[in-house]
Amino acid sequence: MAIERTYAEINEKIKSGKAVVLTAEEVLSLVEEKGVSGAARQVDVVTTGTFSAMCSSGVFLNFGHPKPRIRMQKVWLNGIPAYSGIAAVDAYLGATELPEDDPCNSNYPGEFRYGGGHVIHDLVARKPIKLEAVSYGTDCYPRRELETCITLDDINEATLFNPRNAYQNYNCAVNLSDRTIYTYLGMLKPGLGNAHYCSAGQLSPLLNDPYFLTIGIGTRIFLGGGTGYVAWSGTQHFPGIQEDGQGNSYGPAGGTLSLIGDLKQMKPNWLVGASILGYGATLMVGIGIPIPILNEEVMRCVSVSDSDLYAPVVDYSEAYGQRIPGNLGYVSYAQLKSGKISVNGREVPTAPLSSYPKAREIAGILKQWIEKGEFCLTEPVKLLPSCKDGITARTLEIKGT
Amino acid sequence: MFSTTTGRLRAVKPALQAEGQNRKEVNGLAPKRIVLRFGKDISDKPIIYYLVKDYDLVINILKANVNPNKEGTLVLELSGENYDKGIEFLISQGVTVQPLAEEVFRNEERCTSCGACTGICPTGALHLERPSMEVKFDSDHCIVCQICVKVCPLKAMEVRF
Repeated sequence: MAIERTYAEINEKIKSGKAVVLTAEEVLSLVEEKGVSGAARQVDVVTTGTFSAMCSSGVFLNFGHPKPRIRMQKVWLNGIPAYSGIAAVDAYLGATELPEDDPCNSNYPGEFRYGGGHVIHDLVARKPIKLEAVSYGTDCYPRRELETCITLDDINEATLFNPRNAYQNYNCAVNLSDRTIYTYLGMLKPGLGNAHYCSAGQLSPLLNDPYFLTIGIGTRIFLGGGTGYVAWSGTQHFPGIQEDGQGNSYGPAGGTLSLIGDLKQMKPNWLVGASILGYGATLMVGIGIPIPILNEEVMRCVSVSDSDLYAPVVDYSEAYGQRIPGNLGYVSYAQLKSGKISVNGREVPTAPLSSYPKAREIAGILKQWIEKGEFCLTEPVKLLPSCKDGITARTLEIKGT
Repeated sequence: MFSTTTGRLRAVKPALQAEGQNRKEVNGLAPKRIVLRFGKDISDKPIIYYLVKDYDLVINILKANVNPNKEGTLVLELSGENYDKGIEFLISQGVTVQPLAEEVFRNEERCTSCGACTGICPTGALHLERPSMEVKFDSDHCIVCQICVKVCPLKAMEVRF
């Protein structure tokens, strides 16, 4: 008889220390040995992980009220502006925010040495942060300027809220032009000099739940070294199945997640400020999502390996920037991880931008938390849209006046 | 300033001599990668010329930044029968000589093994170990081009002066 499990049954096993938990990497050999059905009977939870730059990340902060009070019309943290067009002493600091006097790409390629992601990292590392604010002064908020020093422990709330994280799949970027280019997928040498990809492949959360059978609003996750939750589908959540022009299918892509969690219980080694040469500042985020093995279908989904998963190869010197549809073909993550792929009949060396060792470490930590009974699973309040919902990307038309 | 320089030379010279002896045992002509530092007082002297003319050494300049009246650096591959004598000559001229491997190093705590450096490192000194996919740094193959220093998103690759 095919196995069926409920969230409540899995949590009972977790609480009694009897849950069988494997990482998405470990489960592959079990499925090979016992088949999907046998593995599904044996395993309760499979853990996933990913660690990479995720630009759509940031933190909501509440600083507490000074005496006299200030409205905080503009706010800077270590010189990085934070959005404060919300209530008094609230602000949102985005990972890609830069100082107003950053040379950016005027000294090409720009270095972007310190931005919002670095401030978030310094906050989590419990370093003192310089807080500056100005305002216009009101009868209830008379103060017009403020300069002080804060730490993460001094302030009321710090809620990490990342509108678009954990991309299900990503392009493999190449450069067909005759000059070196600097992209969010790194430095790309001219004439197909190198190819950069960015996914944990077989360990990646949304590649292990391609049809959104388990991940939904309220799913408890590993986020930045602490616990967090799936808040919603991410921005640009367009889950689909990749296909080439000949009707061949290349697996899932397009899903994203919006994540939330208390920054105060996160760790600096899982939220790291980063500088992408010629592109900008960002934040590397560690995410791990547990997949409850509710039935054989879920086990079949988590049993995908790097050779089953594909990334489209895209030219970033023109096609990407100019939004020219199509790609240069699909390559498997097994090929990408081997160190070379074939593009337009040429052998091209590959490199990742997503840390596979860190992804493996995260999946391992989450596995330990569950095995020790410290981390129970949550049943989603609502599942997220999947490829069946047929959500497609809208584009922005530039309208004449 | 002078005493600091000589102190550094004393520390470097035995190491270079030991390397030189080791090199002879293996292959008398194997090139060594070294970094030369010139004070601004000697940056206008044709020192490399004398290495070739008087010591018959084979020189391959990998990187040079030498300007009149400024401190300069030179990264080169050096080989030949009179290697040790050539090094002694350099030191006698007030040039600081260091093995190249000390130049770029990796801050292991900062590195997350993302892999961004492995696609651009021209010599494979930075490479992925498979199947672990961890980034390894083999400083023997580093030519101090310093592209990794710029490209590393976490500033984990540093130049040690």
